[in-house]
Amino acid sequence: MSVTHLGMPTVPGKGNIVEPSPFPQVAELELGKIQMRTNLARATSTIRGKRLARVAEVPNWEELRDHGSAVKTAVMDRLPELLEQFEHNVTARGGHVHWARDADEANAIVARLVEEHAPVLDTGRREVIKVKSMATQEIGLNEHLEEIGIDAYETDLAELIVQLGHDRPSHILVPAIHRNRREIREIFLREMPDVDPDLTDDPTALAEASRKHLRRKFLSTPVAVSGANFGIAETGTLSVVESEGNGRMCVTLPETLITVMGIEKILPRFADLGTFMQLLPRSSTGERMNPYTSFWTGVTPGDGPQNVHVVLLDNGRTRALADEHGRQALHCIRCSACMNVCPVYERTGGHAYGSVYPGPIGAILSPLLTGTDAGANDTLPYASSLCGACYDACPVKIDIPQMLVRLRNEDTETKARKTGRLPRTQLDAALTAASWVMSDGRRMAVAEKSLPLAHLLTGPEGIRSLPGVAGKWTHSRTLPQPPEQSFRSWWKKERGTR
Amino acid sequence: MSPQTARAEVLARIRSALRRDDAPAGSASAEPSGPAGTSAAASAAAAQVGPAPADPGPHPDGDALIELLTDRLLDYDASVSLLTAAEVPARIAELLTGARTIVAPHDLDPAHLAGLTAEVLPDSADAPLDLATLDSVDAVVTASTAAVADTGTIVLSGPQCGRRAITLVPDHHICLVRTADIVNRVPAAVEIIEERGLVEHPQTWVSGPSATSDIELERVAGVHGPRTLDVILVTG
Repeated sequence: MSVTHLGMPTVPGKGNIVEPSPFPQVAELELGKIQMRTNLARATSTIRGKRLARVAEVPNWEELRDHGSAVKTAVMDRLPELLEQFEHNVTARGGHVHWARDADEANAIVARLVEEHAPVLDTGRREVIKVKSMATQEIGLNEHLEEIGIDAYETDLAELIVQLGHDRPSHILVPAIHRNRREIREIFLREMPDVDPDLTDDPTALAEASRKHLRRKFLSTPVAVSGANFGIAETGTLSVVESEGNGRMCVTLPETLITVMGIEKILPRFADLGTFMQLLPRSSTGERMNPYTSFWTGVTPGDGPQNVHVVLLDNGRTRALADEHGRQALHCIRCSACMNVCPVYERTGGHAYGSVYPGPIGAILSPLLTGTDAGANDTLPYASSLCGACYDACPVKIDIPQMLVRLRNEDTETKARKTGRLPRTQLDAALTAASWVMSDGRRMAVAEKSLPLAHLLTGPEGIRSLPGVAGKWTHSRTLPQPPEQSFRSWWKKERGTR
Repeated sequence: MSPQTARAEVLARIRSALRRDDAPAGSASAEPSGPAGTSAAASAAAAQVGPAPADPGPHPDGDALIELLTDRLLDYDASVSLLTAAEVPARIAELLTGARTIVAPHDLDPAHLAGLTAEVLPDSADAPLDLATLDSVDAVVTASTAAVADTGTIVLSGPQCGRRAITLVPDHHICLVRTADIVNRVPAAVEIIEERGLVEHPQTWVSGPSATSDIELERVAGVHGPRTLDVILVTG
């Protein structure tokens, strides 16, 4: 890592941000799931079209991206002061601010607050309702609460599908994107005790089933847990951007509201929303605006929760911040545009990345939060063809391809330091040889003379298996049959006489 | 470890990450001073960034602005009518045909609800209705703070819009928007919220009825919030 100064050592984050097995291995398993790939290809192509259409409507989109990026850069530069200002304003308006160094500390704070404010039910357990939040998924809050006797009910439709299906989220915005309507109907019929047995797979009917299933919980549960899309330093205002109204239910009806927010989610001023509320909805769901956005500032007597808490979470964010290039990964507003345009994500799906942050942003954010030595997070920066589509789609212009290359370099150097030398691979040897051949026209001409023979030996079905390191290529693809002649010999024959 | 330790440590980690190790130890909790100090941090950040991009145009006004908002709201499956203040009560009565009980903010202009056969339950922060009552009413009628034509967004904040729960629990929301409160793009609505001193007041931005895109990324109406949104644009 590029921590060259003599400051404090950085502290890695933990939780659900670690790829357990090397990406290529998991990806290969995931690629075999034909239904998942079909669902995903359909969904991502739909959302790509919608996003492009909605972005094209905004004449100053590029200016907005530049402004959003500049605001986030300024936030990182002044993060300590902005967090203190935010804390001061939340507290001044009757809210409570907690700080958590890592996942365990955040989980413990939330658990203590729930135990203080949620009653033990007849079942002997406590209940909280939740609005979808990446931060709480990252720290594994639901699992932690379950262990200590607290059931956390996800209320976002897609999160509900994932929870009822005993599944894992595969996308940060649409966690059940890998499921189609037929599969969702089956999950509901199996897992919702009071569901109509004649439920169809019409999305409207499925949405209605979720409404009925959660209604009583919303009206009776006294504690809710949320994340936050933005926290405004100058006012102490928090916000949740959503579609269904489950977020409004959670941040409005319970008596106690606990919000877990990464320290990087700060915006300096309320006016900054003028930019970010244009960038976020169009980039995420491809809508001009999401149906509902809630803003609350501390406690408002007579309106909404009277016991308001916010947990400010580090969990590796300061580690990413210490990398002056990697820092920009903290600009992410969790829109998911990068995964929707990524050719790798579209094929492997989100589960292949292990971390709750999949896709291009996940491939840089997870290793930046944990270090490349956590689990197989060193394989994530290679989960990309470096095509650059993610950079073009990012509403705050995070240069993901550049970071992927930097992390690959860091990974190679870390391993070289361990072994005392840069590894000499077959690929290095092959490239050295190729360089020798290609750097001289005569050598190249000699090499090309082998083409007609290779053409004859291969046959039209191509090459299915190459030896050595080159076998990695043919492991998952077929190399086309080599041509009968090179371009140079064709040119010589056709035009050489002139 | 104590909570204060976590706070001090996270702030120290951030300062270290930003190569600001020269900051004196413990300064995280000390009262800051100077232009980069805590109370001025947001303004200093804003000064560093410079002004937000100006509205690039086109700048529709009058009927064009109303048309744009109407188009966006219809796209979200809301209903829209454009009326004078005098025509509003009849339209509300028509939309509430068959309704027995409705809720309205205590501060809503009672003239809008003249001629209603349904019982009107007033709600305010001082005398809030309970959730069971809100769950049993047929509809809610409120005013609004501002509307963004470009995105079809209605901002609810302040006494005439009521407590957040009343526009959430009932299944049918009738919302009045003064045509004078329609702006072109999002930043102009943010300015209105600031000018009217509503920033720290709870706000809900509503763009159409409750919907989800969670199933195959198709927007379908009707999950937890009001499934019917009727917007009345009031001229004059």
